[in-house]
Amino acid sequence: MSPRVTFPNKILPYLLLAPQLAITLVFFYWPASQALYQSMLREDPFGLKTKFVWFQNFAKVLNDPNYLNSLKVTVVFSASTAIIAMGMALILAVMADRVVRGRGIYRTLLIWPYAVAPAIAGMLWLFMFNPTMGSFAYMLRATGYNWDPLLNGNQAMVLLVSAAAWKQISYNFLFFVAGLQAIPKSLIEAAAIDGAGPNKRFWTIVFPLLAPTTFFLLVINTVYAFFDTFGIVHAVTGGGPGKATETLVYKVYSDGFVNLILGDSAAQSVILMVIVIALTAVQFRYVERRVHYG
Amino acid sequence: MIENAPIRRLIAHLVLILGILVVAFPIYYTFVASTHTLQTILRPPLPLLPGKEFFANYWQALFGGIGRIGGVGVDRLLLNTTIVALAVAIGKICISILSAYAIVFFKFPFRMTAFWLIFITLMLPVEVRILPTYKVMVDLGLIDTYTGLTLPLMASATATLLFRQFFLTIPGELVEAARVDGAGPWRFFKDILLPLSRTNIAALFVILFIYGWTQYLWPLLVTNDNQMNTIVIALRKMISFADADTEWHLVMVTCVLAILPPILVVVLMQRWFVKGLVESEK
Repeated sequence: MSPRVTFPNKILPYLLLAPQLAITLVFFYWPASQALYQSMLREDPFGLKTKFVWFQNFAKVLNDPNYLNSLKVTVVFSASTAIIAMGMALILAVMADRVVRGRGIYRTLLIWPYAVAPAIAGMLWLFMFNPTMGSFAYMLRATGYNWDPLLNGNQAMVLLVSAAAWKQISYNFLFFVAGLQAIPKSLIEAAAIDGAGPNKRFWTIVFPLLAPTTFFLLVINTVYAFFDTFGIVHAVTGGGPGKATETLVYKVYSDGFVNLILGDSAAQSVILMVIVIALTAVQFRYVERRVHYG
Repeated sequence: MIENAPIRRLIAHLVLILGILVVAFPIYYTFVASTHTLQTILRPPLPLLPGKEFFANYWQALFGGIGRIGGVGVDRLLLNTTIVALAVAIGKICISILSAYAIVFFKFPFRMTAFWLIFITLMLPVEVRILPTYKVMVDLGLIDTYTGLTLPLMASATATLLFRQFFLTIPGELVEAARVDGAGPWRFFKDILLPLSRTNIAALFVILFIYGWTQYLWPLLVTNDNQMNTIVIALRKMISFADADTEWHLVMVTCVLAILPPILVVVLMQRWFVKGLVESEK
């Protein structure tokens, strides 16, 4: 970046920055530092005394089978959501790239779920699949399958993954379409002249050239599945049955807000913070690369 | 297309139509359910076509007078959610365009510090600081207020970064020319920068409106009073499978009303939406 032409004012820039910095300091930095501080405190059960315990809370949390279970749940949930949402979106985007007529209409009809709140996405799927009145639950049971996501942990997980992936298809679809359009047609034509069929062209040219988009979406989908799906879990299963669908974020919420184990909850927050920082770092390193290689 | 292969195109169309069926079905299902009587809904399977109760159900949900979630009507919930979505979108755009303006077009001590302070907030989503943020809200007396619902959501790095990136593409000559012509910083901002940013603002507005409308964890934390619920939170409180007298037909109506406004925004402002999405996430 060349040295920019700037205005000479001395006070004005601070005034311009003031609103954002004020909100940031009060609602972001202060609470985040409190979380860091609290993660090293332990309260007695009556909340009368607090003791500074260094990293004991972290040790306790990381050795807690419930926390490890929740970590496992989150990984399973995120991986399945990301793979299903991206796979479906890629198929649809490739097909949309193939058709000439009706592309706009297809796009319009495919972007709806983006506007649906995650919690509502969960409810929509719950309406269809709950054992009391869901039509699909009724059909599953009619075939003799014992479907009850409110009692069976694996089925609850399937329901959550479906809802979470469903909501994310539109987003991934739009990015894959943009990625496909950025691939130079001349490359594909050259391959066709050399005798490569459509499938071969897809796997040797299109798919590798989509790699940056795919990687970017993988990061975004992981962040989505880790954090934005709190609403789905809270609205559909509440972490249950048992603890089969208790994701990390949900556990921070329930330990801190419902069970009031402050030290543990804060330590979990800090661990989550580390995860976000890692994911953001990956994302930005990658963006740097995309700028260079176009 | 390189080969002219009608069959492959036909397959593509079929796959897309199948995809649309999967994607649109949950929404359609809920809409259909919202037009049937409670008795029909409770006796699965649900008919595939809308029933005759459309007007009756929507009328009852909107003007029925019976507050169903602790005495709060759907109109109030929609009003709350609209206020939140608009305030978050507009507030965020104003705040971040100003700070991006300061960072790009002024030179001052601690400029980079300010930039990094804003940038790092990317790494501190609500989810990682739930309890301490709640405490701040309680201390400031912001629980159950519109300020509390919206103000903390207004500061975030994404919008600022987007504006900064866009401002950096504006040639320095433009600023110089404006200064030679005697335009001060305010004049430059109002007459040159704002008009140039119009499409970016529109694109960002769509994304942020959806963002505000679909908030869940934050309103859940900072509202206790049912009067202040957003429609998403209220819906969560309405559904109860253990409860025999949940009025499902009205739940379905509320659900449709909760997803309709953001869907309309996305579909009607599609061009800006796609632009905003693809650019703001980079």
